[in-house]
Amino acid sequence: MRVGEKDVLYVADLANLELTEAERARLLRDLNSILDYVNRLNELDTTDVPPMAAVAEAGAGDAASAMRPDEPRPSLGRAPGLQNAPETDGTFFKVPKVIDK
Amino acid sequence: MDLSSLTVESARRAVAERQVTATALAEDFYRKIAAEDVPIHAWLTLSKERALARAAEIDRLAGKGDPLPPLAGVPMGIKDVLMTRGVRTTAGSKILGGFLPPYDGTAVRRLEEAGALLLGKMNCDEFAMGSSNENSAWGPVRNPRDLTRVPGGSSGGSAAAVAAGTAVATLGSDTGGSIRQPAAFCGVVGLMPTYGRVSRYGLIAFASSLDHVGPITRTVRDAALLLQVIAGHDPLDSTSAAVPVPDYLGEIDKPVKGLRVGVPAEYFGEGLDPEVRGAVEAALQEMAKLGCEVVPISLPHTPYAIAVYYIVATAEASSNLARYDGVRYGYRAPDPRTLSEMYRRSRDEAFGAEVKRRILLGTYALSAGYYDAYYLKAQRVRTLLARDFEQAFRAVDVVVTPTTPTPAFKLGEKVEDPLAMYLNDIYTVTADLVGVPGISVPCGNSSQGLPIGVQILGRHFEEGTVLRLAQAYEHARSQI
Repeated sequence: MRVGEKDVLYVADLANLELTEAERARLLRDLNSILDYVNRLNELDTTDVPPMAAVAEAGAGDAASAMRPDEPRPSLGRAPGLQNAPETDGTFFKVPKVIDK
Repeated sequence: MDLSSLTVESARRAVAERQVTATALAEDFYRKIAAEDVPIHAWLTLSKERALARAAEIDRLAGKGDPLPPLAGVPMGIKDVLMTRGVRTTAGSKILGGFLPPYDGTAVRRLEEAGALLLGKMNCDEFAMGSSNENSAWGPVRNPRDLTRVPGGSSGGSAAAVAAGTAVATLGSDTGGSIRQPAAFCGVVGLMPTYGRVSRYGLIAFASSLDHVGPITRTVRDAALLLQVIAGHDPLDSTSAAVPVPDYLGEIDKPVKGLRVGVPAEYFGEGLDPEVRGAVEAALQEMAKLGCEVVPISLPHTPYAIAVYYIVATAEASSNLARYDGVRYGYRAPDPRTLSEMYRRSRDEAFGAEVKRRILLGTYALSAGYYDAYYLKAQRVRTLLARDFEQAFRAVDVVVTPTTPTPAFKLGEKVEDPLAMYLNDIYTVTADLVGVPGISVPCGNSSQGLPIGVQILGRHFEEGTVLRLAQAYEHARSQI
């Protein structure tokens, strides 16, 4: 087993997911199965092969075309920005107080 | 007017020639959706007010004798991962169950400005994660060709509606095959453009370096018509390409004689259903008859593509889905005692199982101690995959493969085994990882009457060539 229950809990914590007991067991099994499969990447020698984070073809995501002068432009606006808020006071999003654990 | 056989081309012509009003078309399609979509469940939300308002505008222009925009009156559906202002958009998830976007995605806006009638939103796998549309929080989509089978995913609703004739065309999205695979399973055309060809602004993000927006249509010509409208640089998407958009319709009618077609050995090995193999080999013979030069090639790192994809895509997804925290939009768990509990419960209560699985896998792959072993390793192998294609495209102009290893499988058949589900993507993922364009076109049926698709991949920004071969083949096949 590559991943143990402790690891699942740790990763769930990082991902802000409150897993149920049943979920934990299922995910443990699934993660191990998938990680076993992806382990085949270690069959390949990738010394001196640069990582490819994005498709950097000529033109696609080209830095020059992606930049613009730093001038303020109209953006979404407060009302549309708040329209889907679960809880708001009309100005801000309201959330429970942050309480020290 | 037989609605099921309408194409983008014939619909727009009928409206332009005043044979039918846009309003009549919209109403006809809404009646058809009501009468036929229940067993299929391709449609999630209908935007009648918006569609009929647009139709009325078009009819007013038509009445005055004014010129009409290029897609005037064409009834379309939009995958529910694309933002449509004021029209409920859920990404197939409970976490966005009541979400009303404050803006339109760019591809959506361009279609509407071109006159298309956006009838509603298409069912899809949650956050575009899936290959069967069984991961939708709103219930699965069924394949119109066989209601006991899946339509494919994640753009299952988009493909099913076109196959069923309840939309003339739809927009889908493709991250690991989600346009091409359902198109193959449903017997329709699905085009994934080059990464950056179509703006991702307004596409609810799954994996930012892999997501693509593209059309699902009845014909290749229709795919070209829609691509013409949605392609092009968008300042709102920093990854959108500044490459000029060619005249696709001008390109696709050119002959294919002399086109070099590469056939990669790795896509014809173990796991490929013999009937799919037969249909794709017949398609290659047809292409040879059209004057193409069919050349065996090798894409040696193909067996590693799924592993790369399920690390890269899940890693990017874990980051993109961090925004669903119950603060600004979406589901918020009731009565949380702390902020932390609000985050954790909102996400756990409203995300589906597959989404959670992928977020956890991605988080793990990026976490301290594992980042190099998984994420960085996968990115290096991604470079090797890109090099395979660079090498191949020195010898050939396009690469032709099966789109899927099998025809559509039965609902429920693969839900218990995520890995088995993932292996469906084996012929489609590499194109997403490398960014090249690809199309799936129907090439026959299995002995059970299930559609089979053939995939054509091209060089970056050579959609014209891909469409040209696809159209020539489609035309030749219609003569058989």
